[in-house]
Amino acid sequence: MKKLRMNLRANGIWYLFLLPALLTYLIFMAAPLIDSMRLSFFTGRGYTPTEFVGFKNYIDLFTVPLWRDRFLGALKNTIIFFSIHMFIQNSMGLFFATLLSSDFRGRNFYRTVIFAPATLSVLVTGFLWTLILHPYWGAINHTLKAVGLNSWAKPWLGDKHLALPVIALTSVWQWVGMPTVLFLAGLLGIPDELIEAARVDGASSWNVFWRIKFPLLKPVIGVVAILTFVDNFNAFDVIFAMEGAKGEPGYATDLLATFFYRTGIAGEQPAGIPNMGMGAVIATLIFLILMAGVLIWLYAARSDEEGI
Amino acid sequence: MKMNRTQKLLTHFILATWTLIVLFPVWTLIVDSFKPQKEIFSSPFGLPQHFTLAGYKSVWVNGNFGIYFLNTFYVTIISLALIVFFGSLASYALAKWNSKASTAFYIFFIAGLMIPVRLGTIDLIRIMQFLSLQDTIWSLIPVYVAMGMPISIFILTAFIDTLPKEMFDAAKVDGASEWRIYFQIVMPLLRPAIATVAIFNMMKIWNDFWFPLVFIRAEKSRTISLGVSLLFGQYRTDWTRALSTLSLAAVPILILYILLSREFIKGLTAGAVKG
Repeated sequence: MKKLRMNLRANGIWYLFLLPALLTYLIFMAAPLIDSMRLSFFTGRGYTPTEFVGFKNYIDLFTVPLWRDRFLGALKNTIIFFSIHMFIQNSMGLFFATLLSSDFRGRNFYRTVIFAPATLSVLVTGFLWTLILHPYWGAINHTLKAVGLNSWAKPWLGDKHLALPVIALTSVWQWVGMPTVLFLAGLLGIPDELIEAARVDGASSWNVFWRIKFPLLKPVIGVVAILTFVDNFNAFDVIFAMEGAKGEPGYATDLLATFFYRTGIAGEQPAGIPNMGMGAVIATLIFLILMAGVLIWLYAARSDEEGI
Repeated sequence: MKMNRTQKLLTHFILATWTLIVLFPVWTLIVDSFKPQKEIFSSPFGLPQHFTLAGYKSVWVNGNFGIYFLNTFYVTIISLALIVFFGSLASYALAKWNSKASTAFYIFFIAGLMIPVRLGTIDLIRIMQFLSLQDTIWSLIPVYVAMGMPISIFILTAFIDTLPKEMFDAAKVDGASEWRIYFQIVMPLLRPAIATVAIFNMMKIWNDFWFPLVFIRAEKSRTISLGVSLLFGQYRTDWTRALSTLSLAAVPILILYILLSREFIKGLTAGAVKG
């Protein structure tokens, strides 16, 4: 009895330590995320669920042409947006990190510069780039016309095919510092002896990179990939700043997050009445996509560890 | 690794080119905000010929930038204080309490690392309506604190695990309570990890646009990012003012970054560090 009471007392204090964090996290993060799934089975005006409709919202999203086209369009655009970051941003990051990992004067300066845009608000850089990319007065077209390349001066953000890749590239401009710094830390963590030994054996720089450094970077590559995935499947600010909540021109830059915002939170203009149930469906689907990605990553990371 | 001359030159060439690409928009932002509209269009890159502060003046006067700045400052400081306090309390418990329950709590917190709280926005709007907090800065703080818990607990628990166990045992033998150990021994030692946690969360909170956009309309409660988005919409055709708005938002952060770049880089990439 005495032992039990002591045990309770000893553990009770830990619950007190945990309480503030646990309550905030439960009420303002975990519960809303889980309850969103419940709301996806309801319809209602504004934000109040009134009628249980089962899977009707889900069925509508996939069968009613208006919903289906928007959803599939946003999904496709999000995949493109993510892929540009995954392949272009992360390859550039790896390349910069490789350059920065050798010893020369000024490398701290370059590292600081490459990372700098990541500290700015996405909204601010998005607005700044809309001005720079402005078809008539923007600095880019101004320069192109000044050097006689008039036909290269395009309406960057107004063209259906150009807008999404161009916006993704401005986002790469902002975020490339992240993979750079992470890969750099990974490269600097590789013991020098390993590389020296390979060189003594006559391996070229190219071989040293692909045969030794690259395989050892695998865990970092995994982390960078999953961060890129989660961040870009949620991207909203940059599209909102550069193309508005509707993903202009003609939904060509509409992402899952802007679709979610329009449907579930702001409401389609001009009426502006949010469709809570459908919004919750979109949130739930984004959630499931993210979970699937994270699980694949965890599984891959684990089987990799076992492989070694 | 040693490089030969050509390699060195090539490295500098590539990195310097990217440096120009990074600095060019920032440069145009700052110099153009001091030019009248006509000059921005005719020569966007040079130093201002007809120097003007008109943009800044009207943004400051019409835009209530002072209010936005203070609101963002309060929200960030209060949220950070609570994140550090709640997070370190919980981390101390999770690191020192060995049981199935504590492992379960740890996993529960860490699961939040990969899931954006944004997806629960519809419910959060309902909660804020219920608490009558919409349209006040107080609607933002609890969400930011909740959002900050996973990363803070991740970093701080890993850090406490590295502290020597004997220290805690010695304090216990001397009869110190867990509270005293936390406040007098753990808290002071946590300082470097707390700095990392603070910077990571500070940037997320300071730059957040989504929750102000969703929760707030009233002028008096706007944060910098919400204010900037509304002002920018209004000044879309007046570039001097638009650029002044953007540089008022960007320059303070850039200065802070230049002063503390090492801490910033460490803080912002903290989420990726394997514990």
